[in-house]
Amino acid sequence: MSGINDFVIKFATVNGSGSASANTMVAKTLFRMGIPVSPKNIFPSNIQGLPTWYEVRVSEAGYLARRDGIDFMVAMNPQTYVEDLAEVVPGGWLLYDSSMPRIWPRDDITLLPIPIAQICAKQWTDARQRQLFKNMVYVGALVELLAMDMDALKGVISDQLKGKEKLMTANLQAVQLGRDYAREHFSCPLAIHARTAESAKGKIMVTGNDAGGLAAVYGGATVCAWYPITPSTSLAEAYEKYARRLRVTKEGKRLYGIVQAEDELAAIGVAIGGGWNGARSFTATSGPGISLMSEFLGLAYFAEVPIVLFNIQRGGPSTGMPTRTGQPDIISCAYASHGDTKHVLLFPSNPTEVFSMGAEAFDLAELLQTPIMVMSDLDIGMNDWITDPFTWDDSREQSRGKVLSAEQLEAFQSVKGKAWGRYLDVDGDAIPYRTLPGTHPSMGSFFTRGTSHDEYARYTEDGRIHQRVIDRIRRKFDTAATVVPKPEIDIRDKSGKTGIIYFGATRPAVLEGLDELERAGVRLNAMRLKAFPFNEDVKAFCAAHDQIFVLEQNRDAQMRSLLITEADIPATKLIPALSYDGMPTTAAFVRKTVLEHLHPEKAAAAE
Amino acid sequence: MSYIAKPSAHHPALPRNALGLTRRDYEGSMSTLCAGCGHDSITAAIIEACFEMDLPAHRIAKVSGIGCSSKAPTYFLSRSHGFNSVHGRMPSVTTGANMANRDLYYIGVSGDGDTASIGLGQFCHAVRRKLNMTYIVMNNGCYGLTKGQFSATNDKNSPSKKGEANPFDAIDLCQMAIQLGAGFVARSFSGDKRQLLPLIQAAISYKGFAFIDVVSPCVTFNNHPASTKSYEYVRMHNMASENKLDYVEPKEEITAEYDEGTSTSVELHDGSQLMLYKIGEGHDPRDADAAIHTIRTNAAKGTIVTGLLYVNEDQHDLHDVLGTDERPLNGLPMSELCPGSKALEGINARLR
Repeated sequence: MSGINDFVIKFATVNGSGSASANTMVAKTLFRMGIPVSPKNIFPSNIQGLPTWYEVRVSEAGYLARRDGIDFMVAMNPQTYVEDLAEVVPGGWLLYDSSMPRIWPRDDITLLPIPIAQICAKQWTDARQRQLFKNMVYVGALVELLAMDMDALKGVISDQLKGKEKLMTANLQAVQLGRDYAREHFSCPLAIHARTAESAKGKIMVTGNDAGGLAAVYGGATVCAWYPITPSTSLAEAYEKYARRLRVTKEGKRLYGIVQAEDELAAIGVAIGGGWNGARSFTATSGPGISLMSEFLGLAYFAEVPIVLFNIQRGGPSTGMPTRTGQPDIISCAYASHGDTKHVLLFPSNPTEVFSMGAEAFDLAELLQTPIMVMSDLDIGMNDWITDPFTWDDSREQSRGKVLSAEQLEAFQSVKGKAWGRYLDVDGDAIPYRTLPGTHPSMGSFFTRGTSHDEYARYTEDGRIHQRVIDRIRRKFDTAATVVPKPEIDIRDKSGKTGIIYFGATRPAVLEGLDELERAGVRLNAMRLKAFPFNEDVKAFCAAHDQIFVLEQNRDAQMRSLLITEADIPATKLIPALSYDGMPTTAAFVRKTVLEHLHPEKAAAAE
Repeated sequence: MSYIAKPSAHHPALPRNALGLTRRDYEGSMSTLCAGCGHDSITAAIIEACFEMDLPAHRIAKVSGIGCSSKAPTYFLSRSHGFNSVHGRMPSVTTGANMANRDLYYIGVSGDGDTASIGLGQFCHAVRRKLNMTYIVMNNGCYGLTKGQFSATNDKNSPSKKGEANPFDAIDLCQMAIQLGAGFVARSFSGDKRQLLPLIQAAISYKGFAFIDVVSPCVTFNNHPASTKSYEYVRMHNMASENKLDYVEPKEEITAEYDEGTSTSVELHDGSQLMLYKIGEGHDPRDADAAIHTIRTNAAKGTIVTGLLYVNEDQHDLHDVLGTDERPLNGLPMSELCPGSKALEGINARLR
């Protein structure tokens, strides 16, 4: 099935060898040729020496999920030769450094031996250069083998070498050596190769964490505190990068503050302090950070302090798989902290949505006066995605929510007919009015606390008042359900009674899987969740279907549990579809899971 | 424990400050701490300090952690916003609040458990960040709310009420603060208002991290004769008697006679001055090594040195380090914060 503009190439290299930037160049060159690509960086939790892989799926049709079955392997790491060889599909290709003789025990694939180390040794004397340019030699060979556009590649190299222009000549020299060798020794291009196309035109190539940092700038965040943790670190760094570019006055003063905190406890504490004091504030973290932040999340929930938290999920439990993806924090985030707590979660499915939902999260946090968690993951956050460009509506109102000015405080009683109380529900939407420190000389001060309090923020041990207050906070969740993003519903069969629910990074796999199923005569309606709490559309979709697969990347079917508990969906209706090996889900998984359940005979035939 | 609500009526003859406010306007609700608790004296000193300095109470933010000490902010400055956060995490909350609005005064109140145990890391990093705040530890050497367990500042061998000796060395927060780079470090005693008041005033005036460790006896659990945190012990062993000081506000003229040889004047950022009368074996408070030496030699003798221990007259605060705008970040309009669609086009172009 592979062919022109439709194949998967994988690079097996050694971490820290400079291969990452070379591999990215290949992906970016294909993208600039107008072909949709989906690179996946499969890297170890290590700085140097361990195996690392970079997979690029090329699909003019725009199917950008990860796909099993490698058509072309660039095997540059002797540590992993055996498994890398095994992954190549019959009829595929394997490029390797033949400077040392090597026997590959397979005769159903084409070997592409290139004495890369020898070529580099002949050309350069410096050991570091010899090592680094090895990568560019195989990139050069790929230019010929895959018919990549040389001008596009030049542009990409020049972009990447900005500020280091001196290196341009040597890099192009290495590329040329690879091209020459490939042309002389192999029949180029191969049956699978690239051809200039239109389907990636207008798109951008970006990681979700870059988009998240930008979202915080556009969302008006001025206080950021974070603690380094894979895979969320690059989000805070992106915020700093964009803020430095976009948020500095002519006098060189910064309109933002970033603190790298001493730990996650402090990171969220800083965000809460900022949110309490009227700045849009956020932090970014991953699973272990969520565990550490839980106590503070309960405080922000109960004291009703707006903050935004980006959770870039990774494989758990415990330290788990820091460099692999997953959706294992659904329950821990939905109910983070002790006592009765519930949090608003947003589920972006790609970097474009990380940007739009990330910016919206800051509005929602202030509107609802509660933490909003943006549930991204390693796949969205750290991999480059070909996605729609970011858009911004300049007429959009970024409401700061119910915050009273000194004048509004003075007029409160006459306008609202009630004396102001920090936790008093005046409007019937369960959202009270807040005041910021420093507003009025004699009105509006109150004591924010995590201890039980009445509607006027006074300490209480009266159980009836306590119950009344936490009931009102629960009602706020009903308001939240009316303002969070609605699900994306895809009806493929109007009278169909079978559906699939999914969310986040699995979107490309589901869309492709549903297309494949349709070709096999099985049509499913799909609903992509974008937020928790669930709104009426979610309940209506569930009511309209008899059996619904719930696809998620965790072991315990956490979203399914949430649907059962929070939306009263009968458990018998919801069929778990669980993929949690740390890798992005594939269309094949979706197809297989659905077929095995609905039509075991078709599933067997497809295998 | 007192449980009667305070009447809000004022006696018309109460003295008023430059803002036309009385001391009562700087008070909070009735204290619920034990009668005689040292913390209430510190509360009184904070009220007095703010009243005398003519501070608009609403421009002060009170922040605390958890414990008896952290309850204290409810008992002063009812016109200020307060934030009783989680245990040991007052420094991070204050950091965020301060980042959001650099124009307010931040008074952090913590205890020895809150600062020297669960919050030790946050304390250290707030010091490192040179957060512009006044950080007061109400230090009684024990956990009151959970019935008198030792805290990490309780001196070694100083026994519990039941007579058990504390087997562990104490953490000296002043030494730590100096070593970590705090710009203003003082120790005082809740029973010595004459000394505590000018220290609090100077700490509030100081731009940077101002730390005051106030020994504040727990009358219920740690005030027995053998305790080194009891009223009696501290009175007997306080080396403050010769270490007197005055706080002189910027607008005031220095009228008292200060003898060249026996006093030092320390100028603070807002132009106010702290006049220090040298102690007999005194050290220059600008000398961090000498300060630590004084604390350690006194501690070895079982005496407690109180007063201003260390001051760095030109510390930069966190906003200087971050290079933030002079205007408070929380007041910037969205139009200045959101770069808009035009800038986004440029960003998209770079990602193609």
